[in-house]
Amino acid sequence: MPAVLIEDVHKSYGSLEVLKGVSLAVEPGQVVALIGRSGSGKSTLLRCINGLEAFQSGRIEVAGHAVDQDQKRLRELRKDVGIVFQSYNLFPHLTVGQNIMLSPRITKNVPQAEALALAKDVLAQVGLSDKFDSYPDNLSGGQQQRVAIARSLAMKPKVMLFDEVTSALDPELTGEVLLVMEKLARDGMTMLLVTHEMNFARTVANTTVFMHQGKIWESGSSAQLFAEPQTPELRNFVGAGRH
Amino acid sequence: MVTFGWPEAFFIVRAAGWTLLLTAVAFLIGGLMGGVLAILRLSRIKLLRRLAAGYILVIQSIPVLMVLFMSYYGLSLFGVELPPFFAASASLAIYVSAYLAEIWRGSIESVPFQQWEASASLAHSPAQTYRYVILPQAIRISLPPTVGFLVQLVKNTSIVSVVGFVELSRAGQLVNNATFQPFQIFTLVAAIYFAICFPLSRLSRHLEKVMNASRPH
Ligand SMILES: Nc1ncnc2c1ncn2[C@@H]1O[C@H](COP(=O)(O)OP(=O)(O)O)[C@@H](O)[C@H]1O
Ligand SMILES: [Mg+2]
Repeated sequence: MPAVLIEDVHKSYGSLEVLKGVSLAVEPGQVVALIGRSGSGKSTLLRCINGLEAFQSGRIEVAGHAVDQDQKRLRELRKDVGIVFQSYNLFPHLTVGQNIMLSPRITKNVPQAEALALAKDVLAQVGLSDKFDSYPDNLSGGQQQRVAIARSLAMKPKVMLFDEVTSALDPELTGEVLLVMEKLARDGMTMLLVTHEMNFARTVANTTVFMHQGKIWESGSSAQLFAEPQTPELRNFVGAGRH
Repeated sequence: MVTFGWPEAFFIVRAAGWTLLLTAVAFLIGGLMGGVLAILRLSRIKLLRRLAAGYILVIQSIPVLMVLFMSYYGLSLFGVELPPFFAASASLAIYVSAYLAEIWRGSIESVPFQQWEASASLAHSPAQTYRYVILPQAIRISLPPTVGFLVQLVKNTSIVSVVGFVELSRAGQLVNNATFQPFQIFTLVAAIYFAICFPLSRLSRHLEKVMNASRPH
């Protein structure tokens, strides 16, 4: 069974149709990159998968949960599906350690000692063991984003969604975040990521999906998609990225 | 004729105690009501939002004095005789609740909406989101205006003298009626108000500076 199954999803904001029948399957352990111009519906698609946005028709199943707008079922789903945003969104009044321990503590009743061990473990995974007691404001953007990834990992998700997580970062900080994600991918995490890092998509993602005007315009194995884009829109998009 | 001396001064200082007590009770009860109103005002349920907004609008649009008259004289029409302290604290609490509700709603709304999304995405319930993510940030933001409002409240307690409750201002009037030394008496009364309000104003100013200095982004 796919880890993420999206079938003919339509989503509108008022009269503006943003997703026009999107279907996509992500198998467990697969890494899928979503690329496309700004406004093509990539973020909306990710946000539909974890229920942050409701959609009008179609079906989404993720990590064994059907997505609907029942708040209780959504919470169960979100325990299994992590999301990381462009703007990190750490909780500024909590230390790094508290940011990470909070959700396992309050949503899964993980005992304090266990949550502590868990937090240290995920912080080590993102290479920030020494920042446990720091406040987010005292970290660089790249470090904050790595903490945000660690915070998601502490929930032991089955699927991770990433929405342009390096777009707000200076180029010299992008690498450290991509490295963490690459390691996650190697460790077998199922990942669906929106990115402008074409190199990352080509080398790390098994599959790349090109979205255009609310549709999946073209998709395929990353190597092939970038080497031989079939549609003029994708050729144009990839070409424009090279300069 | 009585002259203004230690016993009269002591009477005034003791009445200042009532002003403080009245302020504290109105602030605590009004604060509890205001907190609930602020959250109702932001509820997902439209009816609750409307009700809270309506209450706030009405209370903010009529003078506290009228609330006081209505709770004191209005209820006595129905044979309910409220003790002055009770009527006074209840009216002030109603006034406080409407203003604090708005201050706090603004504070809650000024927490970036991404914090709600991040919290919800981590499987927190709405109540957990409020408790662990939004309120701790909103309270920090709300501290300077809340303390600022407290200063207004201290001064506004003087209106309750009209229902015969003897707090600081009323005590000054009473002593003046007996001694006719208004300058000394009201200087003392003003000095006491100042002694209460000045530190609070400074605190509010200080909190504002601390907040601005530590504001992320
Ligand atoms: N909350 C919203 N209300 C109205 N329109 C929105 C909203 N969010 C996104 N949109 C619109 O939906 C379209 C797709 O947006 P988005 O999914 O963010 O695209 P992408 O992530 O690919 O840049 C855009 O035209 C955007 O303006
Ligand atoms: Mg986007």
